[in-house]
Amino acid sequence: MARNSQSDYTGWQVVIGLETHAQLSTASKIFSGASTAFGAEPNTQASVVDLALPGVLPVLNRGAVERAIRFGLAVGATIAPRSVFARKNYFYPDLPKGYQISQYEIPVVQGGSLACIVEGKGFEPYAKTVRLTRAHLEEDAGKSLHEDYSGMSGIDLNRAGTPLLEIVTEPDIQVDDIEQAASEAVAYARALHSLVTWLGICDGNMQEGSFRCDANVSVRRPGAGLGTRCEIKNLNSFRFMHQAIVYEAKRQIDLIDAGDRVVQETRLYDPDRDETRSMRSKEDAMDYRYFPDPDLLPLEIDAAWIERVRAELPELPAAKRTRFASAYGLSDYDAGLLTADAATAGYFEQVVAALPPGQAKLAANWINGDVAAAVNAAAGSIATCPVDAARLAGLLVRVADGTINQKAAKEVFAALWSGEGATADAVIESRGLRQISDAGALVAIVQAVLAANPKSVEEFRAGKEKAFNALVGQVMKQSRGKANPQQVNDILRDKLAG
Amino acid sequence: MSLRPEDVQRIAHLARLAITEEETQRTLAQLNDIFGMIERMRAVDTEGVVPMSHPLGGAQRLRADAVTDVPDRERNLANAPARQDGLFLVPRVLE
Repeated sequence: MARNSQSDYTGWQVVIGLETHAQLSTASKIFSGASTAFGAEPNTQASVVDLALPGVLPVLNRGAVERAIRFGLAVGATIAPRSVFARKNYFYPDLPKGYQISQYEIPVVQGGSLACIVEGKGFEPYAKTVRLTRAHLEEDAGKSLHEDYSGMSGIDLNRAGTPLLEIVTEPDIQVDDIEQAASEAVAYARALHSLVTWLGICDGNMQEGSFRCDANVSVRRPGAGLGTRCEIKNLNSFRFMHQAIVYEAKRQIDLIDAGDRVVQETRLYDPDRDETRSMRSKEDAMDYRYFPDPDLLPLEIDAAWIERVRAELPELPAAKRTRFASAYGLSDYDAGLLTADAATAGYFEQVVAALPPGQAKLAANWINGDVAAAVNAAAGSIATCPVDAARLAGLLVRVADGTINQKAAKEVFAALWSGEGATADAVIESRGLRQISDAGALVAIVQAVLAANPKSVEEFRAGKEKAFNALVGQVMKQSRGKANPQQVNDILRDKLAG
Repeated sequence: MSLRPEDVQRIAHLARLAITEEETQRTLAQLNDIFGMIERMRAVDTEGVVPMSHPLGGAQRLRADAVTDVPDRERNLANAPARQDGLFLVPRVLE
């Protein structure tokens, strides 16, 4: 039903706020001592507290609170000295208590903001800051399995009680272009993902549901009051998030254009059909009848604890990016790529430390180029890259000192990746890739090539620069790629002029 | 403020309680009595008083983040009316 032409949707502003559930990386649950490990046999990690058996009481996990503090400090928020847990009441079979323990009136993290770089088609990248409303601690629910269990639903409560930090933004994304609005939402989500994994408070695995973004989307005429919003769920990749927001904004505009109105509801994104579908009307569900949980006393966080956590904070992505750009003379773009996640930044710093001074740009080019391409192609991560920082540094040392040229370096990299040699030097020796920089040897090759290609020589002398490149190619071929290209150029020019 | 019968019905529905007409009337009277008390309390000046979220003083005690409980699934599933493959089975729920 959504129209395809972008031009039909001009004159509308898309407004987006985001709610993200980040699963905290604790070993045990937020209120029980059961494990949070992913993928266990059903219900083997559901303790009596998670099952809500009568007489059990929740005991709050210090590790979950500490992670919330880390997050709050990293986004410049206020850490509430006193916050309160509340019961959010609703009925669903994967919620055994009949309520979710959450925080309502007084959340642990208040305010703060997150900066991101917005990139997309049709506009230059720009910086954007999204204000956070709050972040609060809560417990996850279990999982309902709707496959066929003799006509019934299966309930696995392993996930019940897993600690979550729900991070809520202000509706700060307000853009007159649908695609760009979606790009801003994705930029925020990527920055948040990068931050929580950087801080080590969440593993960020979107497929396993460790990082779940919901988008509140509404549309309005610029300058008008906020429109009715719909909450879009099931955005389990950044690409789907972009597509879902674009679809939803168009759907709402189409509705209003047709004289209908948008109904406030939760909608599920279906990536197979690229559409959002109504999940449940919020009319009933909205009334959660929150009240303070009498099983839990207020959470108090003293200044000393906050300062202790602050002292242990790693250098944050934005600070590291600025430092990389200034200390290593990198472009902001390169520095941004290198600081997209903690593993890449650490890898880069290890490589640079092992190289002679002045080679940071070489390292950045390789890591953002060949290494990133190989890691992506293997759907792996830099942390498990077979060419570790020491090996890459060993390779780049040989590029920097002229032992091998760029072409041979790519060959060495591929060999190291496949495990052919333990070090770059070993591969260079075994494959005989050492660059020929011996002038005598190169002159001999050049003379042989000139003698064998009189036509190209003639063409070059007649002013065809293309012929020169053909001759360079021949020399490189004769040297089996090992000639120093700059030297080949010089010698060729010299001989042709003579 | 005072409640109407529809409000009582709605609250009962949210709590998944089926109540009769007679129970609705009785509950309505009781709830309105409670609201009457709340109205009287509202007259008290509470300026500068921190809202109480728990009748006990003090703060929540925290536990260390460690796995201390390895659930006995067999025991926990023993009372389930229906089970299969280690799952609790419930009447089919569809979104």
